[in-house]
Amino acid sequence: MMTNPTGRITQGQFSFLPDLTDDEIRMQVDYGLGKGYAWSVEYTDDPHPRNTYWEMFGMPMFDLKDAAGVMMELTNCRKTFPNHYIRLMAFDSTRGTESIAMSFIVNRPKTEPGFGLVRQESEGRNIRYTVHSYATDNPEAERYSG
Amino acid sequence: MSNPLYSIPGTPASAPAPPAADEAAVAGARTVNEVLAQSQIEAVMDELDRDLVGLAPVKQRIRDIAALLVIDKLRANLGLAADGKRTAPSLHMSFTGNPGTGKTTVALRIAEILHRLGYVRKGHVVSVTRDDLVGQYIGHTAPKTKEVLKKAMGGVLFIDEAYYLYRPENERDYGQEAIEILLQVMENQRDDLVVILAGYKDRMDTFFKSNPGMSSRIAHHIDFPDYSGDELLQIADRMLAEQRYRFGEGAREAFARYLEHRMKQPHFANARSVRNALDRARLRAASRLFADRERVLSEADLTTLMPDDILASRVFQAADS
Repeated sequence: MMTNPTGRITQGQFSFLPDLTDDEIRMQVDYGLGKGYAWSVEYTDDPHPRNTYWEMFGMPMFDLKDAAGVMMELTNCRKTFPNHYIRLMAFDSTRGTESIAMSFIVNRPKTEPGFGLVRQESEGRNIRYTVHSYATDNPEAERYSG
Repeated sequence: MSNPLYSIPGTPASAPAPPAADEAAVAGARTVNEVLAQSQIEAVMDELDRDLVGLAPVKQRIRDIAALLVIDKLRANLGLAADGKRTAPSLHMSFTGNPGTGKTTVALRIAEILHRLGYVRKGHVVSVTRDDLVGQYIGHTAPKTKEVLKKAMGGVLFIDEAYYLYRPENERDYGQEAIEILLQVMENQRDDLVVILAGYKDRMDTFFKSNPGMSSRIAHHIDFPDYSGDELLQIADRMLAEQRYRFGEGAREAFARYLEHRMKQPHFANARSVRNALDRARLRAASRLFADRERVLSEADLTTLMPDDILASRVFQAADS
C-alpha cells in the first residue's frame, strides 16, 4: 500500500494540502505574528525525516509587526534556492514553551524522488530497516537539479 | 456534503477558493462622508488640530494627503483604480525643521492617520537613527538595514537626523550602502511601508542634493516652521496642564518675558526648550516649598508656579548684564 501516492514529502503543517499560495502563507504568518511568534526561514536539500535542523536563511526575525518582512525574506530565499525545500518556522518565546510552534514547507523541488527502503542484514537472521532519500545519492547542491 | 475547501495533490479537483480580500471595511462607500465615518479619520484630524499648536502648513499638507487617500478609496470602490492594481501613491515624506518643532510627534500622528485609511496595515512607528541602520564593518550594514526595514513593514519607518546616513568626507563610509537598500525598498515595496526622513533644514538640503535618487523618491517635503512667542506660551500652558501644574499670578507674563530673551539666544530648541525651562521652574518651585518645613501645603501651593520660580532663571541675568 502506498501511503503517500503523490510522492510528496509530508513534514510539518499543511503538508497533505496543495502548496499554499503566497496570500495564504501571508495569512499564516500574520496569525503567528499576532500570537507573538518570531518567524525564521530555513532550507535544505536533504529531506530525510530525521534531518531536524535545516540550514538557516538569515537570522530569526524578532519584533516584526507585519508579514511583509517575512515574505521579503522568503522571496529572497526562493530566488537563491529555487530547487530546495524551504520552510517557515515560528518560534514561541513564551516562558514554558520556548519552542517551535508552527512549521510548514513553502517551497519544494520540481521533482521529489522520495525514499527507498534499505534492508541491512545483521546478527543471526535479523534485518534492520531504514529509509534512504534517493536525492541524497547526489552530492550537496546537485540534488534536485534535473 | 459540500465540497472540501482543499484538493488532494495529484487529483484533478478544483482549486481552493482564494482567501477573501479584507477590503470589506470600506468597500461600498460612495461619499466622502461614508469613508470618513468608516475610517474614523476625522477624530484623528481633530485631535491633530487640537493637540498641536501652530504648524499651519504641516496640518494643511496632512489634510491634503488624507483627502487624496479618501478620494482614492472612493475611486477604487467604483473600479477606477488603474488596471485593478492598487495605485498606491508614494507617501514617503521628509520633515525638515529646527529642533523641537514637533517632527516626531507629527510622524506618530501620520502613522495613525495612514492606518485608519488603510494605507499601512499595522500603523506602528519604528524610529531609528544612523546607528540602527549602518554597520561597523564590511557586510554588517545590509543585514542590519534589512532587519530594521522588516520590523517597520506594515507601518512607518521614521529616520531621525537622516543626513548622518551620508558622510561625504569618507567615501568608504557604509552609510551609502544603507541608503541604497533603503531606496530599493522605498521603490519596490511602497505598499508595505512609508519612510519619513527628518532633520534640520539646511543639512537635509545638502543630503538631498548629494542623493538625488532619494530626493526624487520622496513625494512630500514638509517644512516645519519655528513657533512664534504666542504659540510657545500656548504650548507651555498645555505642558503644565498635562502635568497638573498651572501658572500663578504674574507667572505667565514672566514666562513670556523669559521666552522673549531665550529665543534670541543660541541653541533655542522651540518646544523642547519650553519643556526644559518648565522643568527647571518646577525644580525651583519644589525647593521653595521645601525650605518652609512647618507650612501646611494646600493643593494650590503644590500645583502653582510663582513668577519668582521663572525669574530666577539664568536667562534674565544674562540679558541684564
